[in-house]
Amino acid sequence: MATDAPIKSEVEIGDYQYGFHDPTDNYAFKSRKGLDAEIVRQISEMKREPQWMTDFRLQSLEIFESRPMPNWGGDMSELDFNNIYYYMKAASEQGRSWDDVPEDIRRTYDRLGIPQAEKQYLAGVKAQYESEVVYGSLQEDLAKQGVLFTDTDTAVQEHPELLREYFGKIIPPGDNKFAALNSAVWSGGSFIYVPKGVKIEFPLQAYFRINSQNMGQFERTLIIVDEGASVHYVEGCTAPTYSSDSLHSAVVEIIVKRGARCRYTTIQNWSNNVYNLVTKRAMAYGDSLMEWVDGNLGSKLTMKYPAIYLMEPGARGETLSIAFAGAGQHQDAGAKMVHCAPNTSSRIISKSISKGGGRSSYRGLVKIAKGAENSKSNVVCDALILDPASRSDTYPYIEVEEQNVAIEHEASVSKIAEEQLFYLMSRGLSEAEASAMIVTGFIEPLVKELPMEYAVEMNRLIELQMEGSVG
Amino acid sequence: MSSVLKISDLHVSVGETPILKGVNIEIRQGEIHALMGPNGSGKSTLAYALAGHPNYHVTDGSIEIDGVNITEMEADERARLGMFLAFQYPVVIPGVKVADFLRHAISNIRNPERKEGEGLIGMREFRKEIRERMDELGMDPEFARRYLNDGFSGGEKKRMEILQMAMLQPRFAILDETDSGLDSDAVRVVSEGLARLSGPQMGVLIITHHERLLEFNPPQFTHVMLGGRIVETGDASLAHDLHANGYATVRQRHPDAAAENARAEQPTTV
Repeated sequence: MATDAPIKSEVEIGDYQYGFHDPTDNYAFKSRKGLDAEIVRQISEMKREPQWMTDFRLQSLEIFESRPMPNWGGDMSELDFNNIYYYMKAASEQGRSWDDVPEDIRRTYDRLGIPQAEKQYLAGVKAQYESEVVYGSLQEDLAKQGVLFTDTDTAVQEHPELLREYFGKIIPPGDNKFAALNSAVWSGGSFIYVPKGVKIEFPLQAYFRINSQNMGQFERTLIIVDEGASVHYVEGCTAPTYSSDSLHSAVVEIIVKRGARCRYTTIQNWSNNVYNLVTKRAMAYGDSLMEWVDGNLGSKLTMKYPAIYLMEPGARGETLSIAFAGAGQHQDAGAKMVHCAPNTSSRIISKSISKGGGRSSYRGLVKIAKGAENSKSNVVCDALILDPASRSDTYPYIEVEEQNVAIEHEASVSKIAEEQLFYLMSRGLSEAEASAMIVTGFIEPLVKELPMEYAVEMNRLIELQMEGSVG
Repeated sequence: MSSVLKISDLHVSVGETPILKGVNIEIRQGEIHALMGPNGSGKSTLAYALAGHPNYHVTDGSIEIDGVNITEMEADERARLGMFLAFQYPVVIPGVKVADFLRHAISNIRNPERKEGEGLIGMREFRKEIRERMDELGMDPEFARRYLNDGFSGGEKKRMEILQMAMLQPRFAILDETDSGLDSDAVRVVSEGLARLSGPQMGVLIITHHERLLEFNPPQFTHVMLGGRIVETGDASLAHDLHANGYATVRQRHPDAAAENARAEQPTTV
């Protein structure tokens, strides 16, 4: 992947290179549009779920229906819940090898470079297409060590006890309207269990692809990292460009036990017609480390604030957030850190870029609960605004119920300085190259935290976003 | 054939304020010119105008390289034609590594037809070259991995400018007070660096208040700027004389320009 010259995609729609789509008329199953108890029951039946899950879904639907839309964050006035397909199954079976995956779908993943990446540097892959995971793999030696990496539907059938202990416990359906929605209609997502002491060297990756118009994708991910174990999970997301909107509303629950380590990296590059409303939360226990690396480049509106609850002494939480808001985009992203025990520490680093009338907001919470003395938190958010039409806002919330704590918050907003542009241009860089270089430099401190392949991808996406942006 | 940078009757304004009022200089490849003058005389304005800063508007006159009028060109086009400015105050670009930046810059300068996204100069070749140049300037190779000018001392920044000049090999280099704010060791390194680089392939315009840079790089021509004009041109001895005696006699010889300079000095524009 790492070549000197950026690779040009054969398909480019505007600046977005993943905007192509496959035909949908040969799908195995497609629910009717709209949402009610019948649809929810239908999904549960299709999946041959145990009664407890059907009940869980139906109760969640009631919560979803009873909750008002959030009156903060982004503009959701055009989001029409009745104009969405809540469940679509493109392939009748999940493939164990890429050859088992229907050709259309396989070609899509080829174009996204997934099988190639799998060969080169991944320990396991899940590919979710619409509502279902169509392909899954895990390195044999990891399976032998007891690592579980399946789609969450399979986990309901094959690992019911382990799943039930945690499912919906970190993020209950009543947490917020969109968590309730996901709980009612969830499908797919990853289920990962890493046994005590097992350290997975290479990342596990899930790739989420929406293909249809007006699609709702509601994956549900649960990751359990047992004591002293470690895992790096990476997700990527793309969708075709359509004139009408799609909805992606995931729930991700993570448990990081004593001395364990989990890093969760997202490179979200949805097309600009996708509402991306996601709830992500991790519970970190004694001396563990939880890290969210959250890259938001695509979507129409993203509202996402990955949270870490620091539950026991010595737990550490870190969130690195990169948001890029281009024309017609609003990235309302940030992080939450909740210190529930003494001697816990957290760090949030947020970098946002707004261009072409795009809007980025940092929204974050640091909470130090009573009893969490000697806790430390450090928040740094930097915003870069590329033109006068674009906008950046910061909403930092801090709640402290304990005296002996250290909290730092720094925020900066900068515009691309003319002097920086001139300096680089006087060395022979075009205005577009110079701007891209300044932006790349701005996010460099975060990108260097990514594995090399993702860093290359991130920089390439930023370059694509920047192309044609300067006249 | 040696190239010529020809500045003819150049008038430059910043905002509404005219600063240069008809500057004429002709620099050939291989020549060293010194540009001197009191504060506010317009020296840095000339440097920026030559490099193509968008805030420095040419209201009259022209800048040509070998007969090609570059007055309306963007800074990057000029750079590709061989123009280089060593900044008085180099700009910090956070997160951009010196090596990445320079590799990009060199690829554009050496291949002026290069399109965005086309291949860069080979990594091996580039590394070898930058190591050699850094070595000559007594720079720690670690600098190549640092962010451009970020956290650099004054001396380090100036050395970085000279490194860029060494890598880009311009036909015409303007050094805007490259020796100011440096201790004598740093001035020596920069002066020696320039002396090594300048030669038949480079025309140099040195803007300076000090003598040291010129000792290592004796100019064939010394221009004195006052009130936005070149009021006198001489040889190296003129530079020496100005260093020794200041601008009082120049002001006496050119009372009108001196009066304009005095007016320009009041609001510290340039």
